[in-house]
Amino acid sequence: MTSADTRLQKYPVGIDSVSMAEIERRVPAGEAPPLPPNPQLAVIGKSIPRINGRAKVTGAAPFTVDVKLPGMLYARLLRSPLPHARVMSIDIGAAERHPGVRAIHVINDVVGRAVETTGQNTPAGTSGRRVLYVGDPIAAVAAVTPEAAQAAVDLIKVDYQPLAFVVDLEDARKPDAPRVFAHPVHGESFAGGNPAGTALPQQGNVRGPNKSGSRGDAAAGFADADVVIEGEFRTQVQTHCCLEPHGLVADWRKDGLTVYMSTQFTAGIRAELAAAFGLPLSRVRVIVDAMGGGFGSKSSAGNYARAAVTLSRQANAPVRLVLDRHEEQIDSGNRPATVQRLRVGARRNGTLTAIAIDTYGTSGVGLGAGIGNFAQAIYDCANFELVQSDVFINAGPGCAMRAPGNVPGAFALEQTIDELAEKLGMDPLTLRGRIDLSAVRREERRIGAARFGWNRRRAPGSDSGPIKRGLGMAQSLWGANVRTNSACEVRIFRDGSVEVLSSVQDIGTGIGTVLAQVVAEELGLRPEDITVRIGDTEYPAGPPSYGSLTTASITPPARNAAYQVLRKLIEIAAPSFAAAAGNLAARAGRISTADNSRSIGFREAAAQLPTDQIGVVASRSDDYADFARKMGDMASAQNALGGVQFAEVAVDTETGIVRVERVVAVQDCGRPMNPLQIESQVQGGILQGISYALFEERILDRHTGHMLNANLEQYKILRSRETPAIEVHLLENYQGMSATDAYGIAEPSNIATAPAIANAVYNAIGVRLRQLPMSPAAVLAALGRIPQRSGPT
Amino acid sequence: MLDTTLPDFLASDAQAAERDAVGPGPVPLTLDVNNVSHSLFIEPKTTLAEALRDSLDLTGTKVGCDRGACSACTVWLDGKPIAACMMLAIDVGSRKITTIEGLAHGDELHPVQSAFIAHDAVQCGFCTPGLVMSCAALLESNPTPTIDDIKAATSGHLCRCGTHPHVHDAMLDASRIRKT
Ligand code: FES
Ligand code: FES
Repeated sequence: MTSADTRLQKYPVGIDSVSMAEIERRVPAGEAPPLPPNPQLAVIGKSIPRINGRAKVTGAAPFTVDVKLPGMLYARLLRSPLPHARVMSIDIGAAERHPGVRAIHVINDVVGRAVETTGQNTPAGTSGRRVLYVGDPIAAVAAVTPEAAQAAVDLIKVDYQPLAFVVDLEDARKPDAPRVFAHPVHGESFAGGNPAGTALPQQGNVRGPNKSGSRGDAAAGFADADVVIEGEFRTQVQTHCCLEPHGLVADWRKDGLTVYMSTQFTAGIRAELAAAFGLPLSRVRVIVDAMGGGFGSKSSAGNYARAAVTLSRQANAPVRLVLDRHEEQIDSGNRPATVQRLRVGARRNGTLTAIAIDTYGTSGVGLGAGIGNFAQAIYDCANFELVQSDVFINAGPGCAMRAPGNVPGAFALEQTIDELAEKLGMDPLTLRGRIDLSAVRREERRIGAARFGWNRRRAPGSDSGPIKRGLGMAQSLWGANVRTNSACEVRIFRDGSVEVLSSVQDIGTGIGTVLAQVVAEELGLRPEDITVRIGDTEYPAGPPSYGSLTTASITPPARNAAYQVLRKLIEIAAPSFAAAAGNLAARAGRISTADNSRSIGFREAAAQLPTDQIGVVASRSDDYADFARKMGDMASAQNALGGVQFAEVAVDTETGIVRVERVVAVQDCGRPMNPLQIESQVQGGILQGISYALFEERILDRHTGHMLNANLEQYKILRSRETPAIEVHLLENYQGMSATDAYGIAEPSNIATAPAIANAVYNAIGVRLRQLPMSPAAVLAALGRIPQRSGPT
Repeated sequence: MLDTTLPDFLASDAQAAERDAVGPGPVPLTLDVNNVSHSLFIEPKTTLAEALRDSLDLTGTKVGCDRGACSACTVWLDGKPIAACMMLAIDVGSRKITTIEGLAHGDELHPVQSAFIAHDAVQCGFCTPGLVMSCAALLESNPTPTIDDIKAATSGHLCRCGTHPHVHDAMLDASRIRKT
């Protein structure tokens, strides 16, 4: 930046409840001026009701599953009934002749999993590929009705040569285990827990170790330690269970492809499909209006979207493909299972001398079953050793799920830290105060402890009756991610109406409402005055809704676009009321001089536009004090996001049932934009965390490879009766880093819950549960009331 | 011949069933939905959820599992909440169906709908129509529900986004507003 196109500005910095100061930053010239803290703002930071609330409570909100186009066909997928087989031949003759069938597509190239670098999946002498798990897609049919499509799928004859398979994580590690992949593999880290690495060793089904992320000298650190805590932790596979299934309507036409899709990333799907089908970006349009949940699993197009597009091209008609609940459970991604061995060394005063973690996990036939950056980044420890491996099993590939890696990682480390505190005779909060350098979490612990009543905590197992109560806490850490390839347009029309446009999608977080707030604040209008057009790649390309980066990526360009288009309007309108443009600002529906002596209504000003509309497109500038890291379109801000959660549980030692009675969460996301919507997301993160901690588990039958609970009645998820009292407190943490200084919340709110509960369970019963879920059977086994379960299923 | 004599009450049911057997092809039927009578020509295997969504374009009713496990498809049958995916349209008969589209009076929202908006008891919104129908039904039968009544009335609903705390707040508020 040259000083000609930058200027110096003073920004408020600090935590609202601690102290505020000012910092001077050099910022690009087009940036909107510094925004004061929330209490001084009219719209930002207020709990504005979400703009599509009415549509959602009246049933009017259009979801992808509601899209119906003229001449639309219905598609179904043929999926492998076997966990591992060579497809010798596929006969689609009878299916083709079935009445109503319009297109059949045999899937040869699959995506979203590890890929063999040699040998591939189609060995010579066979007519098809190897299917690697129950549910692996083989073919797709489009027909005039869903029934005809399913009937035709049932008529496809596949000659399978069954192959030996393995679905158990421990079995898969044995040297003589059936091989999921015969050759070395590569691929993306879809599950997001650890980097996929380029040239990692691979022995049998074990790919690794991946030692990236280590630092210092762990052996020396342990030699320095007064105490060493060791433990092994196991976490299960969790499935996303978005209530709206994965689905799309693909409409291939001569002049381009339009896709209506339940997705977390319209612009990403556009790029993916354009590349897959050799189309220019300008000829692919992706649209999503209301979107029924993704949690990481609707970030890419996957095999199903490619199949639907292919069918549409073949049939020359729009094709609807929506997965059913069974397909959702077996082939729409999942959070990988992990087994983590931790060693933590410390001095008597609590100072950490070494952390060593040896972990393996399974993402099925995918990569990325690691433990994220939680243990690596949260505590002050010079010596950190991380050894991670992916283990392949014949199960559907994992994919990112709300705070991938850090959720299982925190479950293990935060319990280990509590064990260390106990061994040192320290309160868990005191120990964390010593080893956690974050000033934000320090304040979060202080507020949380006071609100929760941490001083009520007693020695483990203090209750004498069969129902024992306990208190526990744990912390959260997640990167403050930003996607700089995020753009937005703000338009002012001659009648005074205003539009904000971006392809960013609202997956339930309420980003559209936040955009209306940002633009309204800048233009001195009300949020309801702003028309929000999002979820369509016809608009400037916005960020994905993952990585907790949406707000951080799209609100600064929205504010800057609003600021710049307002300057244009002011230039045009200022002469009409004899004011100097430089000295005008918009507030309360008017454009006024600083001293309010002269003003003009926003509409009156807009009426002077020489054209029907003016607009400005802005994209995400870099954080003012630079990013900590930047790679391509992605960056992370200098300070990570955090949070501290406290849980109160009651454990019935006769039934083994754990009830979470109360959770207090103190979270930070920079400048909170809409506290009520943020509270909703935090509650969601906590409830998913409780559900993960106590109920959820994918169960695979090791004899058939089938998922035994591939539905919503046996795959148990928290519902209203298990919902505890939840209190959410938001820090306002100003850093002067962007035009809005706002960051994400979805993932940080999901990380601390399970370990906080586990620590509370320990406090209740005096026995530590190192395995998820903490089901009644697991609790009774830990108490020695029933035999231990023999290995995971 | 095997003795297939049935008790009288079952025998008459069986005879009636045989006499009334229809399908598998489409059959005419009328559905009273949101106080409007609709004539449909659909296969007897069509569920009420499918009839509403596919034949009547009332897509506010959502299908999350299609087997009675998530309650996303909740509508009212004569004012009582039921899972529309678990009932055949042909079995509705002359009973009145109310869907999420029929809950508000014109522009005036049902108090539960307003409270859901005010308390942000909505995230992705896919479970919302079903939850609203169960909550509104509870309020019709019990104007002053306790938190436990609310939890019980919504216990069948799966909300993956985790709106339950705000749903509880909204319901307590809606019942307070009703009282005053
Ligand atoms: S769709 Fe009817 S209960 Fe799930
Ligand atoms: S709001 Fe998304 S499932 Fe309930």
